[in-house]
Amino acid sequence: MTEPLLQIEGLHKSFGALKATDDVSLMLVPGEIHALIGPNGAGKSTLIKQIAGGLAPDAGTIRFAGEDITALPTPARARAGLGRTFQISSLAMEYTVLQNAVLGAVGQRGSVWRFFKPVMGDTELRATAMAALERVGLADHATTRTAELSHGQRRLLEVAVALTLKPRAFLMDEPMAGLGASGSKRLTGFLDGLRREAPILLVEHDMDAVFALADRISVLVYGKVIATGTGDEIRANPQVREAYLGEEDAA
Amino acid sequence: MSRARAVNLLLFAMLPVTALVALALDEPFIITLATKAAILALAGVGLNIALGLGGLVSLGHAAFFGLGGYAMGILAHHAQTFTPLMEAPFLIEGTKSMPVIWLTAAIIGAIAALLIGALSLRTSGVYFIMITLAFGQMLYYFAISWPAYGGEDGLSIYVRNGFPGLNTLDPIQFFAIVFTLLAVVLFLAGRLAAAPFGLALAAARQNPERVETVGLSPYRLRLLAFVISGAITALAGTLFADLNRFVSPTMLSWHMSGEIMIFVILGGVGRLYGPVAGAALFILLEHILGGLSDFWHVYLGLLLLLVVLFARGGMIGALAGREVAHD
Repeated sequence: MTEPLLQIEGLHKSFGALKATDDVSLMLVPGEIHALIGPNGAGKSTLIKQIAGGLAPDAGTIRFAGEDITALPTPARARAGLGRTFQISSLAMEYTVLQNAVLGAVGQRGSVWRFFKPVMGDTELRATAMAALERVGLADHATTRTAELSHGQRRLLEVAVALTLKPRAFLMDEPMAGLGASGSKRLTGFLDGLRREAPILLVEHDMDAVFALADRISVLVYGKVIATGTGDEIRANPQVREAYLGEEDAA
Repeated sequence: MSRARAVNLLLFAMLPVTALVALALDEPFIITLATKAAILALAGVGLNIALGLGGLVSLGHAAFFGLGGYAMGILAHHAQTFTPLMEAPFLIEGTKSMPVIWLTAAIIGAIAALLIGALSLRTSGVYFIMITLAFGQMLYYFAISWPAYGGEDGLSIYVRNGFPGLNTLDPIQFFAIVFTLLAVVLFLAGRLAAAPFGLALAAARQNPERVETVGLSPYRLRLLAFVISGAITALAGTLFADLNRFVSPTMLSWHMSGEIMIFVILGGVGRLYGPVAGAALFILLEHILGGLSDFWHVYLGLLLLLVVLFARGGMIGALAGREVAHD
């Protein structure tokens, strides 16, 4: 097996008596999509937050590309190559779609300490930004104010900004939410190809997308990983059926 | 030409046109008013980089304004009394040269902003406002209780400082100096807002999480913005002291911070020419309403209330419409 790019070992995080992350260990290897599923409140977003930065774990280590990043602040993790998208879109709402993408390109190039050259006149940054927007199908909306985008389009813009960062791994928190059936299908096709550029740790509620995409699936329940395996293995796992998939069937 | 551009140009031209008309009519007092407006506008441009672009509500900018004033006062005081400022470890003498004083003031403003910013930017919201206010008041009380430079009475400078080749005592020439500085700083501030730094700084105001996610530190962006802001406000402070040929602790008091903030809000927060509009309007109101009633601040307060409630973009927002996103 290839060397894991992202390796999480023995991660713990409690909020009072609530164990949001309970001894979680998982890894992401190059070329794969590793889906993280679980019922609401299972601690998926809490886990993503600890990996991307912004929430310090109580115990455990997070290694990325051979480095221990457990103690690094969020910007340093992004610069190390973690491209994150948020569950609730987190964008500069007053900016145009293109400006948001250019911001990503600025961060990637590390060229923020420039004070006189107009950023929107930089052909290279614009090209990087436009290429990313085209890939997610937002090029036509480049001049739209981000606040005017639909919910689903904002999710796509999040993905586009992550693309401008040219990350070594993606952390995507429910990118399909709000996309609708056709949008969701289109993004599924896109992510399918994206895994060859960089592996994806994917939190997703859309089970069709998860089973279509994931090389491996980890199931999180009450902060614990109760199973990890291929789609077929997860489907056949009685514990998972009881905890999660069964509930959905019943509903 | 877009409407916003036309409004900006008009606002920009308003001050020199006023000064020149006053010159033709032989009304030096009006020239002095225009000079005062330009200086206060400059202080506002400084604050606007922190407040408008960075979203940093600083109630301590009087600290930088006053430090600029005292930089001028102290240097000029030593020059006019022929005493050195400091003899050991090396000799520093006073000076009456404007360029030297400006540079000194800007550097002192920048250093003070770096120290105050490094501590206060670790907090946000109300705490940030209170900490900047506390730093400002600390300097204010220090200036009052320190007798070496006049204490509560302040420092008078008998002759306005000099600028090579110009007679600074002539109101229109001093106005020209002040207005040129304002124009240069406006140009640079405009470039700054459009540069990668400006894009990231304004993004950090809208959504710091987004900025972190692309690998940038909002703290560092804000700290640098605060330093630039402090340096510009200190520069305005020296000019203000030079205009009055007097510096006192009043320049450091939180009333001053509030006034600078009022220009910015009246004119339009985050709009490049907002402080110019706001400062000009403030001086106009002070002059007209101040002549009618001693309680003119009540009307200023009403106007401010109306702007905050009904015209969020300030005067510029009302005249030129909502800011169009670039590109």
